[in-house]
Amino acid sequence: MPTVNPSARTIGGVIPRLPARARLAVAAARSVSGLARRTGRNGSVIGGRVATVLDRRVLGRLAAGRTVVLVTGTNGKTTTTSMIARALGGDAAERSSTGTGGDGDVATNHLGANMPDGITTALLDAPGTRLAVMEVDESYLGEVAAATDPAVIVLLNFSRDQLDRVGEVRTVARRVGDAVAAHPRARVVAFADDVLCAGAGLRSASPLWVSSPSSWTGDAGVCPRCDGPVTHAGLRWTCGSCGLERPPGNWALVRDDAGWSVRGPDGVEVPLELALPGHANRLNAAFAIAVATELGVAPAVAAARLRGLEQVGGRYRTVTRPGGTTRLLLAKNPAGWAQVLDLLDEGPGRPVVVAVNSREADGRDVSWLWDVPFERLAGHPVVVAGERAAELSVRLAYAGLPHRLADDAVAATRDTVGPVDLVGNYTAFHDAARVLT
Amino acid sequence: MSARIVLLLPEVLGTYGDAGNAAVLAARLRWRGIDAHVHTVGWDDAVPEGGDVYVLGGGEDAAQMLAVERLRGSAGLRRALDRGAPTLAVCAGLQILGRAFTVADGTWVPGLGMLDVETTPGRGARRIGDVTADPLLDGLDELLVGFENHGGVTTLGADAAPLARVRGAGAGNGTGDRIEGAVGGRGGSIVGTYFHGPVLARNPALADLLLTRALGTLPPLEVPEGLPSSTARRLGARFRGLNAAVRRRAGA
Ligand SMILES: [Zn+2]
Repeated sequence: MPTVNPSARTIGGVIPRLPARARLAVAAARSVSGLARRTGRNGSVIGGRVATVLDRRVLGRLAAGRTVVLVTGTNGKTTTTSMIARALGGDAAERSSTGTGGDGDVATNHLGANMPDGITTALLDAPGTRLAVMEVDESYLGEVAAATDPAVIVLLNFSRDQLDRVGEVRTVARRVGDAVAAHPRARVVAFADDVLCAGAGLRSASPLWVSSPSSWTGDAGVCPRCDGPVTHAGLRWTCGSCGLERPPGNWALVRDDAGWSVRGPDGVEVPLELALPGHANRLNAAFAIAVATELGVAPAVAAARLRGLEQVGGRYRTVTRPGGTTRLLLAKNPAGWAQVLDLLDEGPGRPVVVAVNSREADGRDVSWLWDVPFERLAGHPVVVAGERAAELSVRLAYAGLPHRLADDAVAATRDTVGPVDLVGNYTAFHDAARVLT
Repeated sequence: MSARIVLLLPEVLGTYGDAGNAAVLAARLRWRGIDAHVHTVGWDDAVPEGGDVYVLGGGEDAAQMLAVERLRGSAGLRRALDRGAPTLAVCAGLQILGRAFTVADGTWVPGLGMLDVETTPGRGARRIGDVTADPLLDGLDELLVGFENHGGVTTLGADAAPLARVRGAGAGNGTGDRIEGAVGGRGGSIVGTYFHGPVLARNPALADLLLTRALGTLPPLEVPEGLPSSTARRLGARFRGLNAAVRRRAGA
């Protein structure tokens, strides 16, 4: 498998001047964005929406001449996007006041506004940057890729998430594969251990594979190519019908006596020294280093740039409160919870407050709580909160976990002495983050 | 001897958290002092014929087609169903046990023929949302609640009875007459439903009905310590036992 993509583009190029209609659209959008932000809204999508109304092709015009990296998948989009931006030389100081904008010379959508309007807004906010690193909602990859002609497409993982809203995960993964196939010039960087992700990555002629141990194989029973049965043996997976199997990783997470490092092609090996906790973030870092290397950054330089990253949009952020500290964690589906449980296993058995809502953005159905091995929280004092606390409490009872109920997740952390972890699904996390930060 | 809850093919029929039904059944036995475990049948495993309760969950089209082909030749499952082993079949599980189902792309697939129902693709949007339903099954007197999420329309034949009648905007089997689920098989031993949640976590009385059919009258349930009182109340058994006629039919 080639490690140098003959069609890879180097960073740079000339950013063309916008046509008159697009200039008008951009000017109007900036003024609307500014207005929204001055009135206290976060303004991460309205500018893009206005610009698109005035010029339907504005996203493509704003992307023209930039080297675009698109990041998609079920879990880890926001964190990996932030890491890639940083590894490419973005200065990583998050502009939480505006939520978007240039990280040094890199445009990126920090607040997770990952549909076309949000991506358009992020490009509007960072005129003239040569690089754009954008997370994209799985359902919009085709549309955004068609407009932006990406140099790199990153496929992180595909698992069940909001089945009632987003649809069946195999359908989502197949559409992502279609988008990959439609952009043969893009270098695809995909996760080899995830069956559905590998299925989508294989639609590219020469994908780069990232590999690492993972504890979630729940949506991996059916072959993405032939619908045959897929069996797992450790990290390896094989389809019993057509023989499709886990591709060998070009980039892999490895552990030795000195700790974790990322091993790449041509004997490259760089140690990982991350401030962000947990295995999921080591894997996200492997993706960031692979992408940065693909775009001409030395792996050691990329790895060094990741060291200082301590929180991403409030995720993993630790805030001090009277009597202790609260760490904020996001887990919105079973695969995300598997990562959080890995992270909690690495530390002492400190108290955990779990908050679950089921608003539109979360998915209305909470059946997924039964695919989370909450038994692994044994040894942690547990408090249950959120709008679906009653169902979560029943789930934990069947998992054999004593716990108590609280009306409010943040208030529950204040009742605890010492360090506590607050784990929320999408809106529960953001509600808590807003109060705490 | 340990009671055995048999969970069938969760790798392919495990999309909507329905494996939780097996965990609920085993825990509700343990909370009564009865030793119980979940026997998970993986892709390469034989289905045991001596299980106490059998549980099938939901899955996507391709997974459902794989599951029915895998189970078609299973002598263990056939013997268990032929002797009237209590069985809970949710969504794709319900469709698989039926006479036949047609998937969204038009492929007609023969089912296992254990339940007199047939499923065809529905028109328009999938039926998605929280539902409540009035039970039509002897021994159940509490409202059933669940989360439905399916595209198929399931029609009952003469040898199947409805499980419940949905209220409000619920769709149930999608036949337009508010009928939800199907009860059939030998002595009515198979209970099929579209309710996820999982259905037994949200309806403990239905869990206890299946367990009573399998094991006879159950000892009182002791809720574990350290739970909020509202949760302990929800977990407490509200199932009042099978009436004599049903007990005879179930052979309990
Ligand atoms: Zn295959």
